[in-house]
Amino acid sequence: MTATGQPASPAPAPGAPDERLLRTSPLRRLLGRPELGSVVGAVAVFLFFAVVADSFLQASSFGTVLYAASTIGIMAAPVALLMIGGEFDLSAGVLVTSSALISSMFSYQMTANVWVGVFVSLLVTLAFGAFNGFMLTRTKLPSFIITLGTFLMLTGLNLGFTKLISGTVSTKSIGDMEGFGSARKVFASQLTIGGMELKVTILWWFVLVAIATWVLLRTRFGNWIFAVGGEAEAARAVGVPVIRTKIGLYLGVAFAAWVSGQHLLFSYDVVQSGEGVGNELTYIIAAVIGGCLITGGYGSAIGSAVGAFIFGMTSKGIVYAEWNPDWFKFFLGAMLLLATLLNAWVRKRAEATA
Amino acid sequence: MTATQALVELDDVSKFYGNIKALEHVSLEVHAGEITCVLGDNGAGKSTLIKIIAGLHRHDGGTFLIDGEETTLANPRDALDQGIATVYQDLAVVPLMPVWRNFFLGSEPTRGAGPLKRLDVRLMRETTRAALLRMGIDLRDVDQPIGTLSGGERQCVAIARAVHFGAKVLVLDEPTAALGVKQSGVVLKYVAAARDAGLGVVLITHNPHHAYLVGDRFVLLKRGVMSGSHTRDSITLDELTRQMAGGSELEELSHELERATGPAPGAAGS
Repeated sequence: MTATGQPASPAPAPGAPDERLLRTSPLRRLLGRPELGSVVGAVAVFLFFAVVADSFLQASSFGTVLYAASTIGIMAAPVALLMIGGEFDLSAGVLVTSSALISSMFSYQMTANVWVGVFVSLLVTLAFGAFNGFMLTRTKLPSFIITLGTFLMLTGLNLGFTKLISGTVSTKSIGDMEGFGSARKVFASQLTIGGMELKVTILWWFVLVAIATWVLLRTRFGNWIFAVGGEAEAARAVGVPVIRTKIGLYLGVAFAAWVSGQHLLFSYDVVQSGEGVGNELTYIIAAVIGGCLITGGYGSAIGSAVGAFIFGMTSKGIVYAEWNPDWFKFFLGAMLLLATLLNAWVRKRAEATA
Repeated sequence: MTATQALVELDDVSKFYGNIKALEHVSLEVHAGEITCVLGDNGAGKSTLIKIIAGLHRHDGGTFLIDGEETTLANPRDALDQGIATVYQDLAVVPLMPVWRNFFLGSEPTRGAGPLKRLDVRLMRETTRAALLRMGIDLRDVDQPIGTLSGGERQCVAIARAVHFGAKVLVLDEPTAALGVKQSGVVLKYVAAARDAGLGVVLITHNPHHAYLVGDRFVLLKRGVMSGSHTRDSITLDELTRQMAGGSELEELSHELERATGPAPGAAGS
């Protein structure tokens, strides 16, 4: 085999080990993408349900699957960014419920227009995110502990305040209030395209994933996210504002929680105060299936979307296959293990061929 | 040489961690186009010294002058803004990030404005490649994670980065500590190249041989205090090595080793 271009390269300094650097093939580049494992997984799940569930391939089913995926995906994107930044947010699930409750109860108790509640909810939800980020960076405790604390506190606050104010575990209906119609259009409308009923959350999802991807790959902030997750001390030493970056990531999660919360409120009109517990793990699983390293510094927002899509296909596919939905969790667990193993295997292969 | 203004000057600087004296009465000068070596064994206070110059810690006593003006650095960003770039032995780079992202980390160039303000990826890639090529590192793929480079190359990338961003003072924390002989030579060459480019260099090391190869001034630290300060003219490599190893302690050690190696062949024969 003749050396291809090797001698033509500029002579390296004597002793410098440049010869050891190898070129990369496009295939290896593709294999090195963090999303690859999840894409392979998504194709496998899609084919599986396409075979076992007759109605899975219908357009209407696809709309339902996308909707289920979007409710997870809206949160999974900022959670993925947070994980790339090296942190967790266990309070993300209940924060969605908190956001919906605040919006509903503030509107019902204080004003006549639901938009006021919607914006108050935005501010308070962002404040919760800032609290998480601030506590984390001030105390330097692991985010697992900090957000476990806020998770439990929010769970208690959700139930406690709702019972205190409404007398029951759910909020009062705000369906007849001013602005409900327009708010519903923004957060919970649906349109029909070619027999597919598409909820507006799908649009929110796509937009959020696009923004997250843009921020991650093409902005300074994105560079800092990778850096603080990969090696925070090195990042700090070259002047990256580590604290601001982490707080910013928690604000991102809070913003998405606000969007999800408003969707919850305006699609069902009333909010159950006990909801949301357990969803935080769903978001993390979607991000991990999408290729995020649990240790930070590596991952993608698009991967989180594919992870969410796998979730949507599995949860609805089991229904279309007319199986007992009790099997959902089993499938999910198996999926998580397989996707993570596949990711690890692919990464190892990509490095081995180098 | 001493007549010119020092870029960085520490005068009688001390640092305490609680009731622990990490550094006491240390003085050193860094001049443009010169290499000041700081030598000391483990625990001598080299890291503390470097952290003060790099802005990670503040000094508790003495004066810290940059360009003749007394300063206290608030954080690493502050040090960078004053032209002091530090290359750390183990935390110089983020291993999982591509070379080009690492190269510009913290000082990323952007184009466009408002929400369209974005990284100038093309410029970043090309500049990284060119800057590394100037230092003799020919990377075909600046997209590879920097963790896949060898230790010496990573140091060189970090040095190239500092030179590229117009540092006046380059602080190197044990750049050759974890490297083999060949790679150490390569790194030292780039240190000399940085000096020739007019930078003032602070080279922290515990290897007097490496220090003497490139150094103009030598500051010896021992248990947090300065045990010697020399210019190149006033000291020989043997003397530097002797002082570095603790002078009389080394002599004792060499006696012991001689005694140990003396009867060895006879013992092996019996």
